[in-house]
Amino acid sequence: MVDEILAGPPGEAEGPPVEPAQPRVGIHGGGFGDRIYSGVITLSALCVPALLLLIFWVITKAGWLALHTFGFGFLTSSQWDSVKQQYGAAPALYGTLVSSFVALVLATPLALGVAIFLSEFAPAWLRRPVAFLVDLLAAIPSVVYGLWGIFVLVPFLRSWVMPFLRDTLHLGATPFFSGPAYGPSMLAAGVILAIMILPYISAVSREVLMAVPRSQREAALALGATRWEMLWGAAIPFARSGIAGGVILGLGRALGETMAVTMVIGNRQEIATSLFAPGYTMASLIANQFTEATSDLNLSALMAVGFVLFVVTLLVNAGARWLVWRTSLETSI
Amino acid sequence: MRSVASRTSFRRRFVNGLMLGLTYVAAGVATLPLLFVLVYLLAKGVSAVNWSYFTSLPRPPGMGGGGAANAIVGTLVIVAGASVMGVPIGIGAGIYLAERKGAPLAVFVRFLADVLNGLPSIVMGIFAWELVVVPMGHFSALAGALALGAMMIPTVTRTTEEMVRVVPSTLREAALALGYTRWRTSLRIVLPTALAGIVTGVLVALARVAGETAPLLFTAFGNDFWSLSLNQPMNALPLQIFNYAISPYDDWHAQAFAGALVLIALVLIISLLARAATGRGFARASE
Repeated sequence: MVDEILAGPPGEAEGPPVEPAQPRVGIHGGGFGDRIYSGVITLSALCVPALLLLIFWVITKAGWLALHTFGFGFLTSSQWDSVKQQYGAAPALYGTLVSSFVALVLATPLALGVAIFLSEFAPAWLRRPVAFLVDLLAAIPSVVYGLWGIFVLVPFLRSWVMPFLRDTLHLGATPFFSGPAYGPSMLAAGVILAIMILPYISAVSREVLMAVPRSQREAALALGATRWEMLWGAAIPFARSGIAGGVILGLGRALGETMAVTMVIGNRQEIATSLFAPGYTMASLIANQFTEATSDLNLSALMAVGFVLFVVTLLVNAGARWLVWRTSLETSI
Repeated sequence: MRSVASRTSFRRRFVNGLMLGLTYVAAGVATLPLLFVLVYLLAKGVSAVNWSYFTSLPRPPGMGGGGAANAIVGTLVIVAGASVMGVPIGIGAGIYLAERKGAPLAVFVRFLADVLNGLPSIVMGIFAWELVVVPMGHFSALAGALALGAMMIPTVTRTTEEMVRVVPSTLREAALALGYTRWRTSLRIVLPTALAGIVTGVLVALARVAGETAPLLFTAFGNDFWSLSLNQPMNALPLQIFNYAISPYDDWHAQAFAGALVLIALVLIISLLARAATGRGFARASE
């Protein structure tokens, strides 16, 4: 009952408009058995908001000590000193944003290309196997990516890609690609994240592209557009906000990804502009420091990082869902 | 006039061909990492996957031999525990969403399930830590199962909903017309019809959580010895891979590769079973 009270009003406030006067068919009404059954499944459904509330409450409570002690400065301070009992999440916040940004920059064009390929251009015999392989990318556990990252990706980046970017392309002149090529780095984290979020972005983009009404495409083709012009001029504008939703969904994954990043980012509590330097993300900070936390305040600071991560991913995911939902509403008209 | 028209159309055809080609390249590049990962794991891991890997306990570095028997069993136990918590709630919530499609609460719950699905797994880890490990005073497999179970709920919910929705309404109406009560219609007619799809959803959720490491780091924690007690720390395959991967020992690295192969095989088998059930599956990325 408490759950119902808690969950009811916000549901009506936040939910999209619903056609009124649902006819009372379905699970309501009827005899005793029907009422029990209806109660059981309603209760199961209420578990979802209850769980989310519980997570929010538990993590807020756990991080409260640190949030209360450091206030807003928690997000801007770079100190993480268990001797002086000073904790700040700025490097982790920075690392999370930068590694996710790198991942998006790398993954979005590729994922869009894959989605367009699979929804428009792929010959029938290639469609299924390619879709299968790309889906499979999402099935590989994070820790396995991390393992591969440590032994293949990081050495490869250190010996080939970093020198190439810095010296051959002379990008070393910019602050982003300068400095010594450590292996474990922000760049490594970004690349591995890109691989991991690619299937998510491409799956959503593919779905919204396929949901574009046939009439849109045919109209463009009938006007003499090439297939690319049809896509660029008719299909993609229609699917735009859905694709944006897919990208943001990928961002949500990247922000919270833990194991693979922890294994390749180098775990250093410092803000460095160079992508070649090691760093931290919020998730990897928690994973890496948790078992070594020495005091209540230290532990609470880690929980507070978890709280920030929770809030950020919650907002990002809600935004993405809203975008995807809006597209599906538009295309269904 | 003529030449201008043909020049424009050449440019347009060129752009068309170029973009078409680029999507082929994108598809090729996107599948490369998968091949790299799989080939490398096979090359490094196959030699370490032997009988003793499946039957013996982990050994200290340098001793050689040793295996992950307890980690494999631990993963199965924890995932089973997670299913016990996650699957019934997920199926119940899914049925609710399917049967009350447009109700405000259904719209709200559907949205929250999607949001919950996107929460980082490490957040689930600290949630279970604070909820179970702190009050009990020690790490336990139960806490790990709780973290993974919570992660299963949204996936199971959404796939169940989808599967129940596609059951033809004529079936339901026929049962009701014959005098079946609503709950019996739902349990005896609708659910069996949607069963294959629901099983797929459960298996996809299982495959996803079986490979999770982050939620287990400070819940199940890991254990070098046999333990089947839910009240004790328990080893899990992803945990062992992680601990071995970041260690400096070569023989542990080899074991990590072997573990990765076994874990991927496990995840793939579950996913393929899911596909076999309905012809669809894998981490349905859009959910």
